[in-house]
Amino acid sequence: MSITNESQVKTTGQLPVITVGKSGTKPTWCPGCGDYGVLAGVERAVKMLDLPPHEVLIVSGIGCSSNLPHFLNSYGFHAIHGRAVAVAEGAKLANHGLHVIVTGGDGDGYGIGVGHLIHAMRRNIDLTYVVMNNEIYGLTTGQASPTSLMGAKTKSTPLGVIEQPINPIALALSSGATYVARAFSGDVKHMGDMIAGGIRHKGFSLIDVLSPCVTYNHLNSYDYFRQRVYKLENSGHDPSQLMKAYEKSFEWEPRVPTGLFYQVSKPTYEDLEPALKAGPLAHQPVTGLKGKRDLLEEFV
Amino acid sequence: MQDFSIRVGGAAGEGIATLGEGFCRLFTRNGYHAYGHTAYQSVIRGGHVWFHARGSPDRIWSLGDGTDVLYALDRQTVDLHAHSLRGGGIVIFDPEKFTFPPETVPAGAKILPIPTLEIARKFASDPILQGSVGMGAATYFSGLPLETLDAILTENFERKGAQVLQQNLQAAHAGYEFAKGKSTPHPAALAPHHGESKMLLTGNQAIALGAAAAGCKLLSQYPMTPATSIMHWMADHSVSLGIVVKQMEDELGAINAAIGASHAGVRSMTASSGGGFSLMVEALGMAAMTETPLVVAIAQRSGPSTGLPTKTEQGDLNLMLGAGQGEFPRIILAPGGVVEAYRQTMDAFRLSEDWQVPALVASDFTLSEDFQSADRSDFATDVELPSLFAVSPPSNGSSYKRYAITPTGVSPRAIPGQKGLAFTAGSDEHDEGGRLVSDVLVGTPAAIQVRKQMMEKRMRKLHGIVAATPPPPLEGSAHADVTIIAWGSTACPVRDALGLLASEGISANLLYVAQPYPLHAKEVAKTILTARQVLLVEANYSGELGHLIRAETGLDIPHKLLKYDGEPFTPHEIVEKVKEIARVR
Repeated sequence: MSITNESQVKTTGQLPVITVGKSGTKPTWCPGCGDYGVLAGVERAVKMLDLPPHEVLIVSGIGCSSNLPHFLNSYGFHAIHGRAVAVAEGAKLANHGLHVIVTGGDGDGYGIGVGHLIHAMRRNIDLTYVVMNNEIYGLTTGQASPTSLMGAKTKSTPLGVIEQPINPIALALSSGATYVARAFSGDVKHMGDMIAGGIRHKGFSLIDVLSPCVTYNHLNSYDYFRQRVYKLENSGHDPSQLMKAYEKSFEWEPRVPTGLFYQVSKPTYEDLEPALKAGPLAHQPVTGLKGKRDLLEEFV
Repeated sequence: MQDFSIRVGGAAGEGIATLGEGFCRLFTRNGYHAYGHTAYQSVIRGGHVWFHARGSPDRIWSLGDGTDVLYALDRQTVDLHAHSLRGGGIVIFDPEKFTFPPETVPAGAKILPIPTLEIARKFASDPILQGSVGMGAATYFSGLPLETLDAILTENFERKGAQVLQQNLQAAHAGYEFAKGKSTPHPAALAPHHGESKMLLTGNQAIALGAAAAGCKLLSQYPMTPATSIMHWMADHSVSLGIVVKQMEDELGAINAAIGASHAGVRSMTASSGGGFSLMVEALGMAAMTETPLVVAIAQRSGPSTGLPTKTEQGDLNLMLGAGQGEFPRIILAPGGVVEAYRQTMDAFRLSEDWQVPALVASDFTLSEDFQSADRSDFATDVELPSLFAVSPPSNGSSYKRYAITPTGVSPRAIPGQKGLAFTAGSDEHDEGGRLVSDVLVGTPAAIQVRKQMMEKRMRKLHGIVAATPPPPLEGSAHADVTIIAWGSTACPVRDALGLLASEGISANLLYVAQPYPLHAKEVAKTILTARQVLLVEANYSGELGHLIRAETGLDIPHKLLKYDGEPFTPHEIVEKVKEIARVR
């Protein structure tokens, strides 16, 4: 990881903004993995917004896609399986001046970690969650995931999946997420726009990225998606309409909508938390009980 | 030792805990030490609830061994608690509610019927007022001034309006006068005004207060008895102290949010009982692996599984020692009483931060929920709290290494938001810079070397922690016939027992293991080897601290007093066991 040290940058005249970029650690993904596109999309988004590396914290869980924080030069926290959102919530409450981006896979976010996801969305905490959804467990070599389609044959379902997939978009809409989008890793530019929109948005943003696993999921391939995806913004969809967004969230065959399903402006959890009124917690003075001895009288 | 005890019992919903805490404050407001034991069931209405309030001019550490006034709001209270009455004891009850055969009460105890409901009806229609009548009567027997009770009632009822307050004051006065008209005060009644008023608090309040004093700015928790009231106190003080209190969706969320907050530069804590902590163990390892400071307060209750949700036990030491896959350093502190709960919670924050390891504060139902008195001077609040943003980028142009290998195992910790210090904390094995060695590098000679070095870096913190922390104190005379070894809240009834033993001419002392892990094995071994007789006292079935001591010192402690019925130790039980051992000798 080559860490950019801003203090060493000459800052004469116009202050150059060193934005988040590649870290120098090479991604560990299979050639052709959709996650390369997502890495490019995240990088594109943070560059569009000129976010300096020290103001960005990328939190992930476990899975192929969750290695992503290592490949960028921002701050990162590569947590345990399914807990990225909870770690990120704590970090955001600790310092809401940071841009906290959560990255991970469908197993991490919609399977083992779905409980945290639902609650984070209803809190409308200002996180940007990019889920690399490949409809398969890749790192464990190809078992069914929460988004595997009915009938999908995997190592754990050799006769085909017999349960309904999670609908991440509908789940996000019903759980209170205030920015709900889908992107396709075959279209990095559009994905970058979606992620940048999510980072800019004040509140919980879910960007579900269709990110093909070229090794273990031969059903939901690049071709599968290229034949189906279309952009909501080109189809006259109004992202301010919740019920319209619901309708769109159930479209899959023959066409898969991508783009912004829904966006609404609502107070974030940080806006409503009284203890954060004085600014980011990490920068509030830490005095403990100094000068507060009269507090002891409450126990007398 | 002079002491006075009031026990009150009835059904859940009758305000027993409020009455009991009120009795404790009757003692502490008059300068006496107090201990309040609360016993309840996992029901919101009904069942049997009781509270034992004990006061003494001396420091007391447990509910003691006898009752002087038993205030029974139902028949069950008489049936279950009359046996605890000692010489001169008095039962007060309302014959309109129930009666009982006089032989239920031990010989020498007095029975005093008081028409609490009838008196209460003079002032209000709500029968809840009967409690204040009974409280007035019990106050009379205790010898403590009615004005103290007035003040306590005023605080309890002021917010309910002037009328309710007035009714309660009148009811209490009437109860006091009724008792006065029928009897002399209890022969062991206390003199009014023993000295300056004292504090009265539960272990959970002390833990929360200690966390606040240590600079804790975020508590993320999920409710579970008996840890829940830590969150209650913090929530009540969230705005005034600038502490974010986040009730999470489960304990997984609670600990992970606390770790995330700590990573982002805020001192943080989570708390639960053994069941919730069981859910947290995977993340505990993550805190150790990412070297993120974290404090977890664990208020143990009777297990296994749901166990006895409202009863005490010290059955989770093995869990705390072994929580998490793989080997990693951790600290376990086990406060005895409330002052220790305050101080050791502060220690946990400091040690966790200094060594970048998770620190566990092991409480239990008894410490967490029982009340103890303390002096204001016991609570130091003037603590210097260093900034967490202390690391600056290397001046020689080299890259910052978050996990730099150092002699102590501790590396300079940067906080997100600091320029030029960005790093990724990994739950995977990583090198000094935080780069993963778990995926494409694993098994290569360089990665094998890194793995070994990083394991050693993390694990050697334990040696440093042992050297940096005080060995367990030996309380009482240096040379005693029997040395008792205890950890956590069990130290408290042992302290009461030491006093009783001394008055009977038996010398005993206590090795209070305040820090079960990392254990000060050398000092513990020395104490065991030089003691005449050693007795292990633990509130569990298998003697978990005994196992740890044997593992760390090779020494077995043959004499054990183990209790796993859910009830706290009484001093008497410990005294009897010590006498038995002393006789063997």
